[in-house]
Amino acid sequence: MIAFQSVYKIYNSHATALDNVDFRVSPGEFISLVGRSGAGKSTVIKLLIGEEKPTRGRIFFGQYEVNKLKDNELPTFRRHIGIVFQDFRLLAAKNAYENVAFALEVGGRPQREISDLVPQVLDMVGLGDKMKNFPHELSGGEKQRVAIARAMVHRPEVIIADEPTGNLDPFHAAEIIDLLKKIHQLGTTVILATHDKDIINSIGKRVVTLDRGRVIRDEENGKYILV
Amino acid sequence: MFTVFSRILNYGFVNFWRNGWPSAATVAIMVLALLVFFWLIVFNVTTEQAVMSIQDKIDISVYFKTDTPEDEILNIKQSIETLSEVKSVEYISSDRALQRFREDHADDQIITQAVNELQGNPLVASLNIKAKDPSQYVAIAEYLSAPSLTRWIDDLSYAKNQDVINRLVTIINTVNRGGFVMTLVLAFIAGLVVFNTIRLAIYSSRDEIGVMRAVGASNALVRGPFMVEGIIAGLLAAVVSLLVAIPTAYVVAPYVNALIPGFNVFQYSYTHLGELLLYQLLFGIGIGAFSSFVAVRRYLRN
Repeated sequence: MIAFQSVYKIYNSHATALDNVDFRVSPGEFISLVGRSGAGKSTVIKLLIGEEKPTRGRIFFGQYEVNKLKDNELPTFRRHIGIVFQDFRLLAAKNAYENVAFALEVGGRPQREISDLVPQVLDMVGLGDKMKNFPHELSGGEKQRVAIARAMVHRPEVIIADEPTGNLDPFHAAEIIDLLKKIHQLGTTVILATHDKDIINSIGKRVVTLDRGRVIRDEENGKYILV
Repeated sequence: MFTVFSRILNYGFVNFWRNGWPSAATVAIMVLALLVFFWLIVFNVTTEQAVMSIQDKIDISVYFKTDTPEDEILNIKQSIETLSEVKSVEYISSDRALQRFREDHADDQIITQAVNELQGNPLVASLNIKAKDPSQYVAIAEYLSAPSLTRWIDDLSYAKNQDVINRLVTIINTVNRGGFVMTLVLAFIAGLVVFNTIRLAIYSSRDEIGVMRAVGASNALVRGPFMVEGIIAGLLAAVVSLLVAIPTAYVVAPYVNALIPGFNVFQYSYTHLGELLLYQLLFGIGIGAFSSFVAVRRYLRN
C-alpha cells in the first residue's frame, strides 16, 4: 500500500538526505525505521505525508501518488494517516477532548459521532479522567497518549510515529510502544521511526535500517544493529 | 458546509475567549487605530464646515451708477444668473439699501438724524453675487468688466477684496488637499499597526497551524477561525472606540466651537452616531478580517 521507488532528496550538493531509497509496506504491517540521527528517518516521513517533495523518485500511498499532490489536496490525503510526533504537537488552546475531536472535525464528521467516539478512544489510552485538561496540565507521557488518541480516532489506514518516545522516560516509552502494538493488533499499519535500540529489539517485527540516506538493511524480525 | 461554517465560528469564538490577554491587546491596538480613524472623520467634517463658513462670507458686490434704470439692473441680474459659476444673485435696490442702513444704525441717534436730514437717497442699487466655488470669482469679475456693463457699473467690490479672496482660495484648497492626504496617510499607518499586531499574533500560532494541517484540516478550517477572531476584535474595537470618542468629543466641543463658530463636534458625533458606528465597524471588521486572511496565508503552504 506504501511504496518508495528510487527516491532521492537532495537539499544541496553537500546535503543528500535520501539516496535512492526503495521499499514497500504492505497493509497491516508493523515496520520500524531505524538509524542514527540524520540517517534520513524524518525525511522519509516528511516525504510520506507530503510535507516535502522528493528531488527524484515516486512515492505511493494507496491510490495517491504523494509526490504529485497539490497543496489543496494534502488535507484530504492526510485524513488517511494518523501522525504522532516526538514533540507531541497538541493544540495548546484546546483541551485533551478537543484535541482528539479536532481530527474528526476536520473530516466533517457529525457532532454526535464525535461525542461518542472521543471519550471511547481517550478511555482506551487511559485518559478518560483527563479529557478536560489542557496540554500544559498533562505530563509528557499523557500528552503523547493524547496525540496517539488523536492519530487513531478517525481510524486511519496507517499510523506514522516519528520518534514518539524521544522525549519520554523508559517507563512511559514502553507504555507508548504498547499502545502502538495494540493499535497494530486492531489491524492498522504502523510505521515507527526511532533510534532506541531497546525498543526495536523488544518489538520483534520488520526493521528497515537507514544510514546516510540509504537503506542498508531490511529484515523481518530485525534487530537494531549499528554499522 | 454548514458544519464547517459553524465549527469555524465556534473555534473563532472559543480561541478569542481563551486567548484572553493577546485578544485584549489586539482589541486595544485596534481601538487606538479606530480612534485615529474617528478623529480623521471628525477633522474632515470640521474643516469642511470651516471652509464652508468662510466661503459663505466671500461675495462680489456690484454698485450701479445712480442713473441706471431698475429694468437694466434686473436685466443684468438675469444675465449673471445664467452664468454656470454663479450660485446666487441678490438685488438690493437703493431703497432697500437705505432701509438696511437705517436698521443697522437704529441705535445710533446721530446717524439716524443725519440720514433724516438728507434730501433723497444717497445709496446706490447693487447686486450681491455668490459663486459656487471661490476660485470662480475671477471669471465673474471678468464678465462684469465687459464694456456693455461697465457703463452702468460704478464700482466692483472684487477689485478691493481681490487679494483677500485669492488668499482665502489658496488656504481653502490647501486645507482640503492637505486634509485628504493626511487622512490617507494616517489611516494607512493606523491600518498598518493593526495589521502588524494581528500578524504577530498569528506568527505565534504558526506551529499550531502546522499541526492543524498535519491532522488534515482544510485551509478554510485553519484560516476561518483566525478571521473570526479578527472580526470579533474589530467589532469590539469599533464599539469601544466610540464609547471613548463620544465623551472626548463632549469635552473638546467648546474649544472647537471657539475655532469654528456654529459647529459643535459633540452634537455632530451624537447625531451621526449610526453613520460613525458604521464607518468604525467597516474599518475595524475589514482590517481585522483582511489582516488575518493575509497573515495566515504564508503558513498554509505545505
